[in-house]
Amino acid sequence: MCKLCMQHAACLENRKCMRKTSCIFNETLHAQIEEPTLIILIINKSCSEIINLIVSRMPQQLDVIQKLSAHRGKVWSVNWHPSGKVFASCGEDKTIRIYNQEKDAWVMQAVLSDGHTRTIRDIAFSNCGMFLASASFDATVSIWDKKAGTYECNSTLEGHENEVKSVAWSVSGQFLATCSRDKSVWIWDITANCEEFDCAAVLNLHTQDVKKVVWHPLEDILASSSYDNTIKIYKEDPSDNDWTCTATLTSHSSTVWGITFDKTGKRIASCSDDCTVKIWQQYEVGNAEGISTPDNEPVWKCVCTLSGFHDRSIYDISWCKLTGLIATACGDDHIRIFKEADNSTKNEPIFDLETKILAHKQDVNAVKWNPVIPGLLLSTSDDGDIKIWKFNNL
Amino acid sequence: MLSFIKRFRTESEAERFNAVRSVVVKVDDVVHPSLAEMGYANEEELKFAIYDMLRTIKDPEKPQTLEELNVVSEDMITVKKVENGQVPVVRIEFNPTVPHCSLATLIGLTIRIKIQRQFPQTLKLDIYIKKGTHSTEDEINKQINDRERVSAACDNDNLRKLLESCIKEDD
Repeated sequence: MCKLCMQHAACLENRKCMRKTSCIFNETLHAQIEEPTLIILIINKSCSEIINLIVSRMPQQLDVIQKLSAHRGKVWSVNWHPSGKVFASCGEDKTIRIYNQEKDAWVMQAVLSDGHTRTIRDIAFSNCGMFLASASFDATVSIWDKKAGTYECNSTLEGHENEVKSVAWSVSGQFLATCSRDKSVWIWDITANCEEFDCAAVLNLHTQDVKKVVWHPLEDILASSSYDNTIKIYKEDPSDNDWTCTATLTSHSSTVWGITFDKTGKRIASCSDDCTVKIWQQYEVGNAEGISTPDNEPVWKCVCTLSGFHDRSIYDISWCKLTGLIATACGDDHIRIFKEADNSTKNEPIFDLETKILAHKQDVNAVKWNPVIPGLLLSTSDDGDIKIWKFNNL
Repeated sequence: MLSFIKRFRTESEAERFNAVRSVVVKVDDVVHPSLAEMGYANEEELKFAIYDMLRTIKDPEKPQTLEELNVVSEDMITVKKVENGQVPVVRIEFNPTVPHCSLATLIGLTIRIKIQRQFPQTLKLDIYIKKGTHSTEDEINKQINDRERVSAACDNDNLRKLLESCIKEDD
């Protein structure tokens, strides 16, 4: 007996009033309906008649809108343009691909293939939307602009000794940060119009490979995560323009692959090879909780650990600035979405797993929430695909 | 099902719901092949197939194979019970030839590359040095299971040539 039949039988037993409607479930309909299916019956007040019947695919909380398979090999990263109407991807095939939305579909607009000689690991659009930076295993960072109508590489930043793993623009547009397997984080000072990039600081504070750099959403404060299991926070000292590390966050027991700020910048979520996600809360100098702040700098405390949800290493994490949802990209090929519970508090936050979906055929490498459209998510994978998702339960 | 009926009480609600659904383009769902679809009757058979691939890998600096040097053996491969719809998770341990073997990283890398090629898309690999057999095993274990470093290593032409020569099968 199929699932539908059983449900129908249950209806007959429990709701005698629906007996009249049994003719709707004829054999043809049975044959046509494949799981997962949603059937909505609209019945009249006295439950004697069906007014309408809607047969639809079962809604998933996370639904794929489109799949893009242009890259050859692993797609390492993807990032939205600040307008939310364009995104760029990069990967093992040494290309950057730019997509924009045409009517209902996302269409590839450009392929940039002459920038790097090895895998392109990460890309990021500047907050002004005029520039795109790409980081490559060839130890360089390229800056692309569209001044001439098409994307052209007009600057190449050299300095790292080996693979550059991540690149990020500061919110003010004044700085660019990069990090590498050479254990260093570089901060580049950008002159007007992005004509020149001067090295403002080389921060050799991690003891291993630096995996990710992410800027604070409102201020020029930088966070980096590493193979040395830590996260570090950096700030510029306005008196002498020196960049210093103001905090080191330790709690993960293996490589920290990804970090993401919430919209206020007072919280960080991190994901790791130890299969956990951690939420960190910033406590300002003179905080009401009475947490000591040595050196007159804010301190960061791990206030929540999400363990037992992920089966393998977690490679990326994205905290949506619009909805507060957290998405993770995992080595078990799944995307998971977490939502803060209603009874969650600042010092003891609670996050519930909203949905978990087998998203790709291989490891999921990156997830990114759209900065303008709530619930729109991008993911990339080793399987060569980029997928665009819509989260339905906002 | 009844809960859905309750949720969409009015026609307009249902219509609104359908309007949302209509923008969703159906894309093939991801389904991992079962062991049977991969051509193996059970986990044990998959394990033997993997061992068959490993045994012929040549040591990077000696003329012998990993089997001849006792670097790999059948009982050091574990295939986790494959539940419905899951990808097989395979753990491979190996014995470095000497406790300070400088080529342990390369051996680990060679094992990974050979199996990844043979099983495109369908395995999750965890490769470890057998506990207590190497002076810096934790360090090496972390390195050979870091997919970013593995990818970067395979991007390197010299290393790639060396890997290929270890993997190459004699006719």
